[in-house]
This record gives sequence, C-alpha cells and structure tokens, in this order.
Amino acid sequence: MDFLGIIQILDSALRLATPLLFACLAGLFSERAGIFDIGLEGKILASAFLSAAFAFYTGNVWLGLLAGIVASLMLSAIHGLASITFRGNQLISGVAINFLASGITVVVGEAWFGLGGRTPSLMGGARFAEITLPFADAIRGMPVIGPIYSDLLSGHSILVYFGLLCVPLTWWVLYRTRFGLRLRAVGENPAAVDTAGVSVVGLRYAAVMICGVLCGFAGAYLATALSAGFVKEMSAGRGFIALAALIFAKWRPWYALGATFLFGLLDAFGNRYQSLDLFGVDIPTQFMQALPYILTVVILAGFVGRAIPPRAGGKPYVKER
Amino acid sequence: MTAAGTPPDPDLAIELRGISKSFGPVRANKDIALRVRRGTIHGIIGENGAGKSTLMSILYGFYKADAGEIMIGGKRTEIPDSQAAIDAGIGMVFQHFKLVENFTVLENVVLGAEEGRLLRPSLAKARKLLRQLADDYEMDVDPEAVIEDLGVGQQQRVEILKALYREADILILDEPTGVLTPAEADHLFRILRGLRDEGKTIILITHKLREVMEITDTVSVMRRGEMTATVQTADTSPEELAELMVGRKVLLRVDKAPARPGKAVLEVKNLRVTDVQGVERLKGIDLRIHAGEILGVAGVAGNGQSELLEVLGGYANGTGTIRLNDQTIDLTGTASDARTRRARGIAHVPEDRQREGLIMDYRAWENVGFGYHHDARFNSGIFMDNAALRADCAAKMERFDVRPPDPNLAAKNFSGGNQQKIVLAREIERNPDLLLIGQPTRGVDIGAIEFIHEQIVALRDQGKAILLVSVELDEIMALSDRIAVMFDGRIIGERLPSETDQGELGLLMAGMTGEAAA
Amino acid sequence: MTDSVMPKWADVALVPFINLALALFVSGIVVALIGKDPFEALYILVNGSVGSAYGWGYTLFYTTNFIFTGLGVAVAFHARLFNIGGEGQAALGGLGVALVLLYVPWPHWTIAMLAASVGAAFFGAAWAAIPAYLQATRGSHIVITTIMFNFIASALMVYLLSRVLLVPGAGGSPETARFAEAVHLPSAYEIAPWLGFSRSTPLNVSFFLAIAACIFVWLLIWRTRLGYEIRAFGHSEPAALYAGISPTRITMVSMLLSGGLIGLMAVNAVMGEAERLVIDPVQGAGFVGIAVALMGRSHPVGVFLAALLFGALYQGGGELTFEVNGMTREIILVIQALVILFTGALDNMVRSPIENLFATTRRRPASPEPTTPLEPGGHPERGKAEP
Repeated sequence: MDFLGIIQILDSALRLATPLLFACLAGLFSERAGIFDIGLEGKILASAFLSAAFAFYTGNVWLGLLAGIVASLMLSAIHGLASITFRGNQLISGVAINFLASGITVVVGEAWFGLGGRTPSLMGGARFAEITLPFADAIRGMPVIGPIYSDLLSGHSILVYFGLLCVPLTWWVLYRTRFGLRLRAVGENPAAVDTAGVSVVGLRYAAVMICGVLCGFAGAYLATALSAGFVKEMSAGRGFIALAALIFAKWRPWYALGATFLFGLLDAFGNRYQSLDLFGVDIPTQFMQALPYILTVVILAGFVGRAIPPRAGGKPYVKER
Repeated sequence: MTAAGTPPDPDLAIELRGISKSFGPVRANKDIALRVRRGTIHGIIGENGAGKSTLMSILYGFYKADAGEIMIGGKRTEIPDSQAAIDAGIGMVFQHFKLVENFTVLENVVLGAEEGRLLRPSLAKARKLLRQLADDYEMDVDPEAVIEDLGVGQQQRVEILKALYREADILILDEPTGVLTPAEADHLFRILRGLRDEGKTIILITHKLREVMEITDTVSVMRRGEMTATVQTADTSPEELAELMVGRKVLLRVDKAPARPGKAVLEVKNLRVTDVQGVERLKGIDLRIHAGEILGVAGVAGNGQSELLEVLGGYANGTGTIRLNDQTIDLTGTASDARTRRARGIAHVPEDRQREGLIMDYRAWENVGFGYHHDARFNSGIFMDNAALRADCAAKMERFDVRPPDPNLAAKNFSGGNQQKIVLAREIERNPDLLLIGQPTRGVDIGAIEFIHEQIVALRDQGKAILLVSVELDEIMALSDRIAVMFDGRIIGERLPSETDQGELGLLMAGMTGEAAA
Repeated sequence: MTDSVMPKWADVALVPFINLALALFVSGIVVALIGKDPFEALYILVNGSVGSAYGWGYTLFYTTNFIFTGLGVAVAFHARLFNIGGEGQAALGGLGVALVLLYVPWPHWTIAMLAASVGAAFFGAAWAAIPAYLQATRGSHIVITTIMFNFIASALMVYLLSRVLLVPGAGGSPETARFAEAVHLPSAYEIAPWLGFSRSTPLNVSFFLAIAACIFVWLLIWRTRLGYEIRAFGHSEPAALYAGISPTRITMVSMLLSGGLIGLMAVNAVMGEAERLVIDPVQGAGFVGIAVALMGRSHPVGVFLAALLFGALYQGGGELTFEVNGMTREIILVIQALVILFTGALDNMVRSPIENLFATTRRRPASPEPTTPLEPGGHPERGKAEP
C-alpha cells in the first residue's frame, strides 16, 4: 500500500469512526453515572430515521439534526424512566429500546414514505456538506504534510470536527467541573452522593439525557452526512461496537477516541478489500468485520488489560442505611 | 403524649415531637419525643430493630415521618431530604461509610459542597480548610490519599471531616465503634469530647452499654419503636439501662458446667489465605479444638475471622494443613468444597445468614436441605424428594420452636431469630464433629439469643467441638471455654475466660501484646 | 415488595396480562398516529393468526421456534444469567443440523431428527460455552459477550455459507444444498390432513419436540437437584458457595443447557421448514425468546403461552403487511419491544400499584357493606390483625 492509499484508508476510517465516537462518548456519560446502556444502537437508529425524515421534509439538515436528537432523547427518557425512576433492569430496558427503534422506524417510515422503510435520498441543504479547511488547496502539493492536511483532515462534514472536539470537552467536564465530580461519584457510590445532599435521580437523568443528545448526533451523522438518507437497520450494530469501544477505552474519553478510531479503521479495511492477504494467509472480509467483537471479548476476558467498570453500574439506587 | 403546645426551648439543639413512622404493618417509630441539649453528647441505645436508626434517618432526611415535628435550635424544620438536613446543620456518620472509594479524601469531602462550577478553585480552598480542621481536632488524614488505601478508622475521620466541612453543629454517629479497635474507639471519643467542648452537639447511636456509660452526658433508651426513658448518664447504671432496653431483667451470664475436653477434633497448622485482591488475610493460623469444647475467637471485624470460617467451611482457598479427627483435609482441588467438608463432619452456621446461610426467596422447606441436598434422604432417584424435605422441615420447626411453624413460608418472611433457628437446626442435624458458628446472635432478639446460647452449650456437652466467632465480647466471654484473639490475620493470644477480662482482651484485639497483656 | 402481599394468581396472570394490554394499547396508539385503524389492525392480526387452519399452521410453527428460544433464555434466567446470544446460538444450531444432515445418509427421518437434535443442541451449546466460560472463570459480563458472539456468529455464517458450504451453481444466494428426501420431517398436513392445514404449512413434528422440551425444563428446574442448585445460585451466589455449589459449574451447565435449547430451534426452522441452511435461519427468534421468557415468568407453562402469543403476533403481523396498505410487519417488533419493556424493565410501574391495591384491600376487614372506592394508604393498624 502506498502513502496515498494509507491516507485514503485513514480518511475513510475517520468518517466511519465518527458515529462510533459520538455513541461511545454517549455511553461513557451514561455508564459513568452508573446506568448501563445497551440501547445505544436503538437511539442511533431512531435519530438516523427522524433526522433524515425531517431533513427531507424541511430541506434543512440542521432541523433534521434537531429532530434526530429529539428522537434519541425520547428513547433516553424511556430508559431513564425504567432504570432510574422505576428501578427496573437496565439491560432489559436497553434491549427493549433497540427493538422499539427497529420496529418504529420502519413502521413510521413506510407510512410516511412508502419506500419499504427507506427515506427518499437527501440532496443539497438536506445533507451536511463537506468543509474544506483553510489553505487546504494551497498546501496540497507539499510532501507528506500536504496530503495529511488536505486529504485526511480537510474535507469532512462539520459533525466530524465536532465529534473530535467532544473528546477534550468530555474530559474537561468529567475531570474539571463540579458536575463531572458528582457524575463520576454517582456511578461509583450513589449513596455518597445522596447523603452529601445531591440528587442521585437528577444526576442520573442528566447523564442519560446527555447520552441521548450524543446518540442523536451519531444517528444524524449516519443518515445525513455519511449517507444520503435513512435505510432500514442502517445503524448496523454500531451501537454495540461503540459499547465495545467503551470497554476497550476503559470508560475514558481519550482512550475512547483511540478505540473508536481503531474500529473505524477495521471497518475501512473491510470496505476496501474483499479479502486481505496477510503474510500469505488469506483473511476473509468477514473476519475483519468480526474483529471488533472478537477484540472486545478478548478485552472482557481480561487477557489484555483488565477493564473495571464503574462500581455502581447497572444497579438501581435504593436508599438504605 | 407530647405537649404539642409547649413553646420551643432555644437551648435545645434538637427536639422531636410525636414522630411516628411505619413500614407497611411494621411500626418502626411510635410517637417519639426526644430533647437533645446543645453542647452535650447524647446517647441513644436500644436493641437491634428498636427503631434507633429509623429515627436518625428521619432526622437526616432519608425517610419522611408519617407524623410529628422536628425542631432544630428551637425552630420548626422540615427535613424532606439530606440537603435540608445539611442546611439545618446536621451531619451524619453512617455505620456503613458513604465514601467514594476511588476518590481522594479531598474529593470526598468536597463532593456536594463544592463552591462554584469549576473544581480546581473549590478543591484548593477545601484543601486549606481541611488541614485546619484536621489540626484543630487531631484528625490526621492526608487530603490526597485515596479512600480505599485508608484504614477504617481513618475513613471514619473522613466522614466526620465531611460533616465539619459542611459546618455541622449537630453530629449523629450510628454505631461508630463497630469496626474500630478499642484504641481507635478511644481516639474517636477524644475527638468527640473535643467537638462537644467546642459547643457542638453529638448524638451517639449504639447498643454498647459500656460506651454509653463512658462518653455520654444523657442517654435515651428505645424499645420496640418507642422511647422508653431519658436519663442523666451519671444517675444510671449499665444494669438499669439493660433492663430498660430489654424490658425485663436480663440474664447476662449463660449457665454452663465446666468443659470436659476430649480428644483433639480439629488441628490447624500454618493456615494462610490470600484474597482475590492479593491481600493476605490469614497469616499463619495454628489452633486446636477438642471434643466437648468451645473455642471462642474474638476480634474486631475484618481481622481474618470471616476468612477462617470460610476456609474451614470449604469455600475459600488456603494453604497449610487442616486435620479433622486425625485425617488431613484437602485444601485445594475439587474435593475442597463445602459439600465435601459437610460430608467429613464439619457443619457451619455462617456469619451472615441472609447472604449465605439461607436462600431468602426459598421456602423454609427448601432451605432445610440447603447444603445437604445431596443427602440420600432428600433424594429419590434422579429427582429431589420434596415430601421428605417438607416433613423434615416441619419436624425441625417443632423442635426448635420456629415461629410461625409454616414450612411453606419463604425464609425472608421469618424474623432474624427464627431464621437463625432454621439454620442452626439444619446444621446440627447430621451430628457433625465440628461446628463452625459465626456471629450466632447478630440481629437476633433477646429471647432467641438465650435459646441459641443454650443450644450451643448443649451441643458442647454432647461432645462436639465448636469454633465460635463473634465480635461481641460479652458473648465470647459467656460461652467460650478458651478464647483466641485474632488481630491482622493472626491469633495474637489465647486466654482462659476465668483468667482474663474484657480490658485485657480489648488490648489484644488492638494488637497489643507483651507487657500490656501481662 | 414481599411476595406475600400479592396472591400468586395476580403475579403469574394479572400482571403479565396488564403488561400485554399496555403494550397493545401503546402499539395501538402508534398505529393510530400513522393514520391507520388500530382495531382493524387488531382484527387482521387475530384473524390472520388464529382465524384459519392456514393461520394456525404458521402460528404454531413460529410458536415452536419461540418455545425453544424462550425456554433457553428462561433456564439462564433461573441462574440469573441474561443470555442475549440466542441469535448466534440458534444460527450455530442450524449449522449443526446442516452438517449432520448433509454429510450422513440417514435412512429415516426419525433417526435423522434425533441426530439433528443432538447436532443442533451441541452446536448451540458450544456457541454459548465460550461466553459462559469467560463469565464463570474471568467474570466477563455475559450480556456483552453474548451480544458480541451474535455478531461473530453472523460473520461466521456468512463466511461458511458463501465460501465453504456453498453449493456450486445455486444461483448466487448463499445457501447449502437441499437435504435428502429421506430426512423430510412430516408436516402437519401429512400428519393430520383432516384438520385443514394446507400442503405448504411449515408446522411439523418439531412442535412435539418443543412440548417435550417444556416438560423437560419443568422437571429439571423444579424437581431435580441440578434445578435446585441452579435456582439457589440464581438467588445468591455467596449462599451457593456456602452450600458447596460450584458457581463455575452452574454457570457453565445452565448456559450450555440454555444454548442447547435455543439451538434446538433449528430442528424446526432448518430441518422442518427450509430443508437447507440459508443465511440467517433464525429471523429474530433468539431475541423473541427474551420477551417470551420475561412474559412467561421463566416458567415452562408461561413460556408456552407467551410463545403462542408471539407466534400469533408474528403470523398475524405478516398478514398485516398484505392486508393494510402502508403497514409493515415491523409493528410486531414494536409490540415485542413494548412487552419486553413493560414486563422486564417497567415491571415496578405496573406491579407497585397492584401490590398497593392488594395491600389496602387486605387490610380492610371483611364487611357485608357494598365496596367503596379504595382510598390510598389504608390504616396500618387494621392490617396487623389480618393474617
């Protein structure tokens, strides 16, 4: 593979990693507050659908984005209701949300558009355009730096850059603000937060809602930037890959960037090569597709660096002395 | 009845009038009145389940009272949540600490009382104040230390600092000495006296009479959800308080004949246990128990007693040798589980019956076979013989006076004492040679305590070897024929009950040997 | 929260019924919102699934699948393990069936069915074995690992079907060759033509295998020592250790049983219906098993009834697509999601008010007067006198 080929692969990896990154950070907020969320997938899907639908009707991708976030937030609210207010099983709630999104996007999509669950293709202002960074054209000719800047970093939709910005932002919120301290505390020991006079319910809802907003970005990016419209089941397991990346990243923002980029890279390879010839061994593309999942299992098994989740994760908070 | 009309007294830090609280059909607090004078240490004593903790939880906004009013500093105050309690100047140190284990001391202290939205300035300010407070009250804690690296005594100080940082005037401590060595408890009491002399009001919830006598100015006694008396500590005696707590004269001694030890049943040599975190919990235990003898193991909770029971009971891994009736017992491999131990004649009444000894959702009849479910009498062919289990359960309930005697009732619906009777009945059934008993009377009402103690002595007289682990020194003194004191994973000393006293045992429990023990 | 508050019938029948009603009600709102008539949809749903022998043939075929997956999830639930890996385990079960039937010339369908069952259960169990082992020995969260194994299974199946097991010249669609005529399972039409099943009905003798599996699971969980140990472990792991029950063994055994039962689904879907292995023979049945187990309260009788319900929904949902313009069968996914949500996650929302209702009515002394509306929070003093 030559240098330009590598640039192309990396460029593609960045695009594919962006929805994973949004979803992974979404999961990070939720799980750091002690709420497991295997419903990321469903939220991405719901947002992808509603953002595409609204972008199509209004012709304005920003309204589409807003609608996507609202869709995702509604599912977040259900998850919050089930796991915080009614202290239900968070895993089961997540499973339900995934099915709900799978079903409702197609039911409503078919009723609205009659295209078998698709939305019509989005064009013009109904999609996120690609942004050319300043001087991109001017320095394209320079060796090494030119292609890296102009072809790899430049030319993405604004959501890609926003996603990258979310990483330091998340870090800052988590480790440098009062809210972050409380959020981390409520995922470790909610009783400590409660007896300190801070509302556990309020914090957890806040986290779940932030998770909803970020999943909304992930979904809107899928339908209005990466593709031009919604297709049935278009999230295609990304919510679960993001979950895998979260474990891989040990629930930390910067690691999350690394993990999602790695999984994006695997995806990019899989798309580009039907099969990969590695040292004379023929690696089927299906293996590449399965690799993120295999890696996650290996991580979970603790063979490569043990991942310790937040201690109160998955447990509803019940006051006790 | 409380006089709802009397004017508030500003000299009172806290006044409670007619507080009532029910949980379903259980009335945890009935029309409670309490007056706590400013600048005093006020003890509240009572048995398990007397309603002390419920009352304090109401005061801290954990529960809402069904009726009654709370006056703080002479002002009627609503306490709907913990924040309101903090605002009213109340700080609480819970029995189980409410700390974030992987946060630093500083972060824990600041949590919930940050100044401003950004962390850094607020931490910087707190660091200074914390040093000041620590100096003022002799509480030496490193603000940057991570909680999980600290000992329990230090963690408790962090809890007190948390309250002081929030400028609490009233400090409530719930069973604060349960996890402390006597020396640590003394240190705590020094801190508390210092706080009182500064004008703070302290409420101490405990069931230990000695503590109440030592440190409080005033004592209130609770029994079955009611406040039965409030007296000046100087005017009362432990005997009187005990009677007020229980509602009748208490037999503080167990009648038993001197032991007639037979051959050695259990011999343990150099027994070591390392937990999953890699911490060595047992650091070379040697002990021997004879037939017809009760060996009491005393110690502050967390010094290896639980691990000793678990490794003998067959569900913790260890190294060393254990010999039962001159036969070596496997400590590793598939034959080292609890089932094999039972087959060899070791029965075990575990420390925590609700977590280990019983399946709380199983019915009583299902629980009587628990651990013995491989026994032929409970099986027929490939199926379990449920009829045999039911019959066995009914018989045991009759013999041990379990109430209500209903084999179909789930374990969780029995009282603590009756649950313990079910466990005890099950464990002594197969005539074991060695009986391991952990905290036999924890959470058990007085009536059942006497019954259980009698049973244990009766077993000894039948020639069983008994290993008794308890954190209650009174219980150890009353039942044991020999006493071994555990400290930091070792047996630090062995005494005969007739030749020692609680003072000496207390020093041993704190790890002090040599001239102190002489 | 004690079980003594609510009578047993309310727990096993009333609560699931209310949950189902709520799920249907909310789905009805969705249908109304997209401008269709919910009552018409319900009529088509019911009529299409149980209104004719044709419908019954499909309904019971789906039911058979869901009984297997529901029982599998239920057995794992008893050990407090959440097996979301049904999709993968059932797909691997299909692989097991295909290998057994493709490479051995069986003389008769009875022996072939036995062998295929063994193959299906073995492969399904094997696919559950790795997550189970990692949970038991390394504490890896089984929910996450089983989800991952679904994706890995899907990649594996695509690979095997498109590269290894593909029949030359099968027209490009990745599937194996058709199984031999000798291993054809008798369909409902062949067994009982007088009941009016159509010639193409997918319902086959596997239905009886599913009923046998229900009985097996009931005996296993409530009558054997293993079941006693599985339930004890599910209630409390420390207690299991204390009683000499090995958590590793129970985790492994219950997950292998779970995966095996789910794998058996392939006997019905792959051997009974498709008669060859195609891409994704499971069609979501692994996930439906979660809803079925939750709604059936992990009891075989409950699982059977819930499977029947979902079988009807799946068949009726297919009819909806044909009968109502602009309506798709995915409405079934919505109902399924809502059933899982209400029975599994929002259980307390339904349960607490009902428990309170029973608590207040119980405290009331039996009176000859006509009943008055229930006031919230009845007087606690009265309650004590009552049993």
